[in-house]
Amino acid sequence: MRMSQCSMGSIMNVNEVITATLARHGNDGTRLMQILRETQEALGWLAPETLTAIAEGVGWPRAKVEGTAAFYSFFHLRPRGRYCVLWSDNITDRMLGNRELMQALCEKLWLEPGRLSEDGLVSVNTTSCTGMCDQGPAVLVNYRAITRMDMARVEQMAELIRSETPLDQWPAEWFKVEDNIRRKDALLDHGLVPGQALAAGMARGPQGLIDEIKASGLRGRGGAGFSTGMKWAFCREAKGEAHYVVCNADEGEPGTFKDRVLLTSYADLVFEGMTLAGYAIGAQKGLMYLRGEYRYMQDALESVLARRRSERLLGARILDKDFDFDIEIHFGAGAYVCGEESALIESLEGKPGRPRIRPPFPVTNGYLDQPTAVNNVETLAAACLVAHHGGAWYAQLGTEKSAGTKLLSVSGDVERPGIYEYPFGVTVQQVLDDAGARGCVQGVQISGPSGVTLSADELGRRICFEDIPTAGAFMVFDCTRDMFEVARNFAHFFAHESCGFCTPCRVGTQVVARLMDKLATNHGSPYDIDEMFKMHRLMQGASHCGLGNSACNPLFDTLNKFRPAYERRLKSLDYEPAFDLDAALSEARQMTGRDDAGAHLQNVE
Amino acid sequence: MSEQHTFQLDGEEIPFAAGQTIMQAAQAAGKYIPHLCWHPEFKPHGSCKLCTVKVNGRFGSSCTMEASAGQNVENRTPELDDKRRTLLQLLFVEGNHFCPSCEKSGNCLLQATAYELGMMTPHFDHFYPDRPVDASHPDVMLDFNRCILCSLCVQASELADKKFVFVMGGRGMRGRKIILNSESGRLADTDFSVEDRAASICPVGVILKKRVGFAVPYGERTYDQAPVSAVEVAK
Repeated sequence: MRMSQCSMGSIMNVNEVITATLARHGNDGTRLMQILRETQEALGWLAPETLTAIAEGVGWPRAKVEGTAAFYSFFHLRPRGRYCVLWSDNITDRMLGNRELMQALCEKLWLEPGRLSEDGLVSVNTTSCTGMCDQGPAVLVNYRAITRMDMARVEQMAELIRSETPLDQWPAEWFKVEDNIRRKDALLDHGLVPGQALAAGMARGPQGLIDEIKASGLRGRGGAGFSTGMKWAFCREAKGEAHYVVCNADEGEPGTFKDRVLLTSYADLVFEGMTLAGYAIGAQKGLMYLRGEYRYMQDALESVLARRRSERLLGARILDKDFDFDIEIHFGAGAYVCGEESALIESLEGKPGRPRIRPPFPVTNGYLDQPTAVNNVETLAAACLVAHHGGAWYAQLGTEKSAGTKLLSVSGDVERPGIYEYPFGVTVQQVLDDAGARGCVQGVQISGPSGVTLSADELGRRICFEDIPTAGAFMVFDCTRDMFEVARNFAHFFAHESCGFCTPCRVGTQVVARLMDKLATNHGSPYDIDEMFKMHRLMQGASHCGLGNSACNPLFDTLNKFRPAYERRLKSLDYEPAFDLDAALSEARQMTGRDDAGAHLQNVE
Repeated sequence: MSEQHTFQLDGEEIPFAAGQTIMQAAQAAGKYIPHLCWHPEFKPHGSCKLCTVKVNGRFGSSCTMEASAGQNVENRTPELDDKRRTLLQLLFVEGNHFCPSCEKSGNCLLQATAYELGMMTPHFDHFYPDRPVDASHPDVMLDFNRCILCSLCVQASELADKKFVFVMGGRGMRGRKIILNSESGRLADTDFSVEDRAASICPVGVILKKRVGFAVPYGERTYDQAPVSAVEVAK
């Protein structure tokens, strides 16, 4: 019998934990992500024998189970600390001083970032943006979100960790996550009660509902902007044993946090949108794929689902009609690429989040190879408005090709970071004015690292599919910020998050991150900038999915619009070798005890 | 026989059958499109991106893209071969490839393709990753220093051998790797056999049969006899 110490310090039987976890999930390998997460929560990490037992339990080859576990940042195949502290490392966290705070925490705990302390107590590291940009610097401690870190909290946290105080006894206000809704429009001021949009939508019949969605002009809010009505129509028409609705709540784009707010305070609307989608496409099951960073929402969301079931808004014979539908929440485990819909589906099936070869598209071959409608959180919420008010009403909001409103997650150098809802077509300047942009604005990053970087002379541009489409991130940089460091942060983000499937993205993102580091340490030359443009051209055309195709966008934009931020780092504006020949001779000088003129390169012809 | 159509490949008319990919049709017509992870016995993987072509002006992987009538496909253009050289260079610096001391030299698809495309240097700084060698199995050794993550061994083991000895797992350049199907992570502890299809599928020098490495000497090997563009279309 294998015994191990769990994170709470008590002794538990490993086999019993694994068996119980597997039983909860019907020994179903497609539920591997949830099995791995729950097992790790109970045991602290995923030991080799744990993976073997899980593989036997689900009847999968062991290597497939390990392959999945190894893909996700939040699964630990080596012992992690009883306290695992991860600092959100988006550029907005950095601007709020996360690096200094992390360093201070490490010093107080006597450890290096990324290394487990000798006694196995604690590890401190960084993680990709945790979606708390309006209330950073943020951390995850044992995957629970803590916001607004400062030096006082760092000192107290070090004490709590050293005294091994259970997380439940940490100050409750640390775990408080604010909505920070600053401007409401049609969606956030919807005025609907639970079930109202559903009843209206179902009264239209499935085809009638799809027709209204088409007429509304509603387009996907995840950034790509595909017509929601078309997607639902294609999915409904596709043949399959079952149809599925998937809500993409993997909100991983650094700088985005609107879905977090929707799911915190508008969960009914989102679930109702999923139910409407299920009704329209003929599905009985909906899956919400929620990013692992939002694990803390689980209880609240489950209770909303339970209430909806008791109100006959979910489950069998919804609203006493011949329509059965239920929703289940799945958690991701720290992989940005799972925001890509086919990678998300792979993850839902218990596999590494690797984007599929497309076509076929999910609407015909999605979850379990069945017709699947994957929609963004905000899209589904907006569908409720269409179901209730009709397509024509919705279509008159926004602009001609961008119907409706958009939620923006505003962060960075503004007085009032948070959520702003506007009809499409709003200018960037208007958002900056409303949010209280501080001082002079140097640049705005819209739609996250994969989006566009705007310079100060482009602030009249509009948020809409005709001009600047966005998934919602809106990060503001004032004149004191270093736009090169912004781009370098993004370069490392993509290098960390590339799934590694295709050559250009897997290696290209690493090459680019190294080139940026070379520039950062003043070893770069114009040659390196040419190299970055070359990688951009390669990755943009040849990559397998959107991640690789857009990974160089921030470099391309900042190189074109903020060139001096790069050039002042170059050793010389002329081409120079990256390698310092004279410095390389220092070892030889030391060994030979020479330091005369002839032993220095500049003196040799 | 399904209805025949044609598309243009570098200005030449290429016939194809319905459902064929551009790669399959080109191969059948004796035209070489550079590739590493594609193999006629297995379903396309689409990861190495060497077979990237331009179809009606847009980039795409010829191994996964279906042929359709009237497509204008650019293949061996200076622009595309330049991108392919860069991809090869990325693969060379990502792993630890030392051709002069590699027993696969002359039979290696990566090396042969680099010759074919005139790759003269690795160009980028080497990453020198720390990758394992596994000599535990009595008949086969694994040298992951040379792995290009093509997944052919994964497909061969799963589809031809029905074994799952090799599985691709992990994420990104640092994490992505072949995972062996045993708790110890050793090949000897899997049910792998030298008779497996997967034992002879590796296009580079990772999966090596023991005791036969130099049975055919350097200079007399597959790609010593003919360039890859001739060898591959003859398959």
